[in-house]
Amino acid sequence: MRKKMKKALEMEPVSLPAQSRVALCGGTHGNEMSGVYLVRELQRQKLEKAGSVTLTTVISNPRAVQVCKRYTDMDLNRCFTDAILSSPVTDATPYEVRRAQELNTLLGPKGSVEAMDLVCDLHNTTANMGLSLISYSDQDWVILHIYRHIQRKITSAPVRFILLDLPLADAYSQDSLGKHGFSIEVGPQPHGVVRADIFNIMKEAVDQTLDWVQCFNSGSAFEGGEVDDVYTFVKSVDYPRDPETNQITAAIHPQLQDRDFCPLHPGDPMFLMFSGEIVKYEGVEVLHPYFVNECAYYEKSIAFHLARKMTLTIPPLQVKRD
Amino acid sequence: LASKVVLPTVSRVALCGGTHGNELSGVYLVRERLKRKVEEEEHISVVTVMSNPRAVQQCRRYTETDLNRCFTHATLSGPVTDKTPYEIVRSQELNTLLGPKGSPEAMDLVCDLHNTTANMGLCLIAYSDCDWISLHIYRYLQMSDIPVRFIHFDLPLNEAYSLDSVGKHGFAIEIGPQAHGVVRSNILSTMQEGVQQMLEWVRLFNSGTPFEGGKVDVYTMVKNVDYPRDFETRGITAAIHPQLQDRDFCLLRPNDPVFQTFSGETLKYTGTEPLYPFFINECAYYEKGIALSLARQRSVGIPSIRSEREGEQGKRKSSAEEMEEEEEIKGEMEEEGYQKLMEYGEESDSLNGQYK
Repeated sequence: MRKKMKKALEMEPVSLPAQSRVALCGGTHGNEMSGVYLVRELQRQKLEKAGSVTLTTVISNPRAVQVCKRYTDMDLNRCFTDAILSSPVTDATPYEVRRAQELNTLLGPKGSVEAMDLVCDLHNTTANMGLSLISYSDQDWVILHIYRHIQRKITSAPVRFILLDLPLADAYSQDSLGKHGFSIEVGPQPHGVVRADIFNIMKEAVDQTLDWVQCFNSGSAFEGGEVDDVYTFVKSVDYPRDPETNQITAAIHPQLQDRDFCPLHPGDPMFLMFSGEIVKYEGVEVLHPYFVNECAYYEKSIAFHLARKMTLTIPPLQVKRD
Repeated sequence: LASKVVLPTVSRVALCGGTHGNELSGVYLVRERLKRKVEEEEHISVVTVMSNPRAVQQCRRYTETDLNRCFTHATLSGPVTDKTPYEIVRSQELNTLLGPKGSPEAMDLVCDLHNTTANMGLCLIAYSDCDWISLHIYRYLQMSDIPVRFIHFDLPLNEAYSLDSVGKHGFAIEIGPQAHGVVRSNILSTMQEGVQQMLEWVRLFNSGTPFEGGKVDVYTMVKNVDYPRDFETRGITAAIHPQLQDRDFCLLRPNDPVFQTFSGETLKYTGTEPLYPFFINECAYYEKGIALSLARQRSVGIPSIRSEREGEQGKRKSSAEEMEEEEEIKGEMEEEGYQKLMEYGEESDSLNGQYK
């Protein structure tokens, strides 16, 4: 995907409407615990307004949270494509599809003027990904300015941006319901476990997001510039598998394990077979792995994703005055 | 002791994985062993078992009830109906295969492979602090890049609830930290190395090699500590404090931070006795009401041992008689100056583990 890189000085300032209605979602995956406890805590504090912001907090998949599983019938966070959101509901419809349609009514409808200004979805991963923001567009200036703000303010974890290049209709995750949306992904944390350090990082990220939105709404001007540590999804790599049983026959190699976002060069080890052989990366291009050894991705046939590292230019941004 | 303790050979060994279906090191270790051709060996026969195949298939800890709590005498001898949970049916099957528990036909050694989300390195977990076979194996294990420890749950055999209690000798090998449902290559290698060394010791022992006595450090379970919970919903209201997280086996002193509430408050350790925490933030223990377990550290004297020679075999002792003999030897060793250093704190918790 080629983008024309305008020099920061040449980018026209952009003005966008105030972000008054913000949704914070936890428990989209019922065993990713930081978001569950953060949303519960905000609900306990009855936090509904943060300055100019009306905050809606949601436990997205209460049934999965109840049983502390990722999902009950199917992955809720793959149910937000236009197709699934508009599919007819029958007795056979999986719980998560019904719930996605409910959430679309609550936070959307996706693509319409009634949708939340900003949807922020909270996730954890078993991968060593620090704090990652994940979104669909390289031109959503609200999201990219929030990213830069978080990156400058948070020192307790590395902060990165992951770009999924998908048109809105195909965007499958909950954050695509809002006019603007992104996921906050923090790891490593085992599913079903809440670590205080990981919880604190997520809380900081949410606080800084709300902080930025309030500043933006009150008229602050944010200068343009470059944002780095942006990773664009290229492809996924699966584990080596037994052709008959489909069981994995290797684990992530010790030299790749926990090295999310470090460059993977041709010839670098990727997998260590249970039988002892090393499987090496045979691509030509240096790419950056992430979601390395994410528990939930074994069943999706993903050992890790590979991304290209890039820098984006963002324009000056200010709230639109009526 | 002038003479060595003589024990029967440990000829029949069972290696069990997948007792919890999402603790993957043991699952893959057992799968790989089952793929390989079984080689006949002179001094040892090893049976490899996938304990809970249904849970493994679904990559869950269990399907209906925790299999590794189903090996008490009561559960093993209970009646089976249509409504009996799968894991209880399975525990009785495993008892037939590897036991019966407490009988002369039981496996000589049952080694059960586990993972934990806690930062525990490699731990051997057993019910007895005078099973010389287990303690000598513990002493023999040398790992270059991971700490090795022995955890003792002080329970009599008929109350012992885990799979390893089915054998005449038994222990769990617990390795962490590893997220459930995930295979980490280095953790798997560590478990393979541990199993290798254990089998090596058994072969040496069975072929007559004597092993010198000495002292080993063990951690004896004292009690569990639950999370602070909401009075109505029973949901947890705090996480393990960042200064305790990952500090398994680092001494916890009165007033040290233990929990951090979700609103940011620090809760401190209110006990009066410094104790050693372990199973800190184990995922599977939230539902059991355990945030961490606490132990006392003790130094245990172990005698020199060797295996019975040909013709030395007396009548096969039952487990109860063996334990009686072991207690006798313990007494003798204390008289001869082997000191068991027991740190008695001000709390009167008995060493019969209080746990859920």
